Amino acid sequence: MTSVQVRDVSLSFGAYDVLKELNLDVPEGEFLVLLGPSGCGKSTLLNCIAGLLDVSEGQIFIKGKNVTWEEPKDRGIGMVFQSYALYPQMTVEGNLSFGLKTAGMAKDEIARRIARAAEILQIEPLLQRKPAALSGGQRQRVAIGRALVRDVDVFLFDEPLSNLDAKLRSELRVEIKRLHQKLANTMIYVTHDQIEAMTLADRIAVMKGGVIQQLDAPQVIYNKPVNRFVAGFLGSPGMNFLDGEVEGDAPTFVATDTKIPLGRYGFGDAAKPGKAVFGVRPEHIATGDAAAAMPFQVDARVELVEPMGSDTLVWTKLGGQSFAFRVEAERHLASGDQLRIGFDPARASLFDGQSGSRM
Amino acid sequence: MAEQLLRAAPELAVASAMPARARALSGPHGPRPRRRFSRRNVFIYGTLALVAVYYLLPLYVMVVTSLKGMPEIRLGNIFSPPVEITFEPWIKAWSTACTGLNCDGLSRGFWNSVMITVPSVFLSISIASINGYALANWRFKGAEVFFTVLVVGAFIPYQVMLYPVVIVLREIGLYGSLWGLVLVHTIFGMPILTLLFRNYFASLPEELFKAARVDGAGFWTIYLRIMLPMSLPIFVVAIILQVTGIWNDFLFGVVYTKPDTYPMTVQLNNIVNAVQGVKEYNVNMAATLLTGLVPLVIYFISGKLFVRGIAAGAVKG
Ligand SMILES: Nc1ncnc2c1ncn2[C@@H]1O[C@H](COP(=O)(O)OP(=O)(O)OP(=O)(O)O)[C@@H](O)[C@H]1O
Ligand SMILES: [Mg+2]
Repeated sequence: MTSVQVRDVSLSFGAYDVLKELNLDVPEGEFLVLLGPSGCGKSTLLNCIAGLLDVSEGQIFIKGKNVTWEEPKDRGIGMVFQSYALYPQMTVEGNLSFGLKTAGMAKDEIARRIARAAEILQIEPLLQRKPAALSGGQRQRVAIGRALVRDVDVFLFDEPLSNLDAKLRSELRVEIKRLHQKLANTMIYVTHDQIEAMTLADRIAVMKGGVIQQLDAPQVIYNKPVNRFVAGFLGSPGMNFLDGEVEGDAPTFVATDTKIPLGRYGFGDAAKPGKAVFGVRPEHIATGDAAAAMPFQVDARVELVEPMGSDTLVWTKLGGQSFAFRVEAERHLASGDQLRIGFDPARASLFDGQSGSRM
Repeated sequence: MAEQLLRAAPELAVASAMPARARALSGPHGPRPRRRFSRRNVFIYGTLALVAVYYLLPLYVMVVTSLKGMPEIRLGNIFSPPVEITFEPWIKAWSTACTGLNCDGLSRGFWNSVMITVPSVFLSISIASINGYALANWRFKGAEVFFTVLVVGAFIPYQVMLYPVVIVLREIGLYGSLWGLVLVHTIFGMPILTLLFRNYFASLPEELFKAARVDGAGFWTIYLRIMLPMSLPIFVVAIILQVTGIWNDFLFGVVYTKPDTYPMTVQLNNIVNAVQGVKEYNVNMAATLLTGLVPLVIYFISGKLFVRGIAAGAVKG
């Protein structure tokens, strides 16, 4: 059953269209991540689902009910914000109970729900404190608790971890994932951090300019991006892109002196000659003995070495263009070294030179 | 340069690894010693003292004069302290000085002013804070137009509106009454106060408002339970602005009330500018001090909060 359904939703601020006829179906219990660069309309979409913004066109369904004109409180959603948005003058307990009191819930039921949320999030010792006396991570837990006590079907997260430092972020990331496994609610999670997206999501929706570019499982998005934007947005270090042309009947990618045979590449449509961009991820490139087994091999001259701890990124030139690949940290390379690299074109991506979409 | 840095680096590393107490410190260390009578200090404190004297001198003259009897004043030295302290002038100013036909001193004006100021301050701040909240958080249709009209309103000189308001008050039957003046103060305070509150509420994080809406709070619940408790500083600023502004108002008081309902400032003017009889300087000084007492007290008890409120817009808390 679909939990959240966004149907042909458009939203404009004056003459500026932020969302354009956007469609999105989220099945019950799914963890969906909205990923995209700043200003692409992620928060706007989330606010529309929450009912904090009126849509200009289209409909929104939650649990099969048309909630397009409903107030936020009647939509069965809970929301967690980037800045925590805790009520500063209330204690943690006051923050958790505010929504329930407003709804006129019985006292013992409120107490029961707060106790449960506090236990799940391990904030029991903090209940009588004011938000100012909490650390960032504790604040965000309370903010999640505020959504939790409302016992809703859908959780909406708007970059909940981006105000925290890197270590805390990875800790809370795991906690959110655990929470999702435990509650099995639908969760829609906005972020522009691709690690968060890859680790948390059942499916990722990559957005750009108010349009969903690709909606699929993280691995599919990572390995088979539908266009050049998605390919470049995911992965760090990013995908290598080579400008060139597709030529011949047995299709080959040509960038000046480099010729990559595309026999093994899974074309969507029939291969058509013309300008193209060839993309391959640095971690899909083999060196040494492994390279010898690859369908495509080439000699490379090391230009620059970036040690990253767990592995090392090596920069070289291929077809006259910058090209990076990864080697184990133990391999000590210096600029000027020669070595043989290779990869399987089947794992690469080929994009149309004009439209940028996958070929 | 780079070499020097490299050579210095190992030493630095060793030095910082050593326990602090084991090191013998030579050269500057610890807090920098400051000379109490440096040229800079003398200049700063000298200037401050001069300015303070400049502002306090008139107050001093008023206080000493109000405590002297008329014969002593006639001796002519306005700076000399009173030889024989008397509170007669204060009592006279408060309860028996004559203004026009009435001879019951400033007390009548004081109570009139209280009855004008309290409801005016309460009404204008209540309405303006709700206006500001609605403008900042609930972007209703026509909010922009409404706001523009208000801002323009803040810049129209009062004199332009004096006479039209007289007519309006006469038509609704409030001309000359205390409530008429309350209405005038409430309306004229609206533009600047709404502006003040709107800007303050707009500076509060918007997500707080959104969170409250998701929690099911409506217009009034959010205002009373979320916004009000966070807005003490700006309310203090508004109260000070309004209390002093309305208490000190002379123009509206003299135009829109009659002798029975004159506020304190108008009465003070009538006492001080009385043409008949001798000029009783001591009574005039006492009356002036009495009239100025209320704003003065307000400033003293809320000065700290006032500064904090003014600064509140600058740093998000
Ligand atoms: N009230 C508003 N009026 C006009 N334009 C707005 C308004 N709110 C947002 N926008 C614009 O809509 C676009 C999308 O904003 P949105 O907040 O959804 O971005 P986002 O994807 O959440 O970005 P970020 O990752 O920075 O949070 C932005 O270009 C923004 O400038
Ligand atoms: Mg956002």
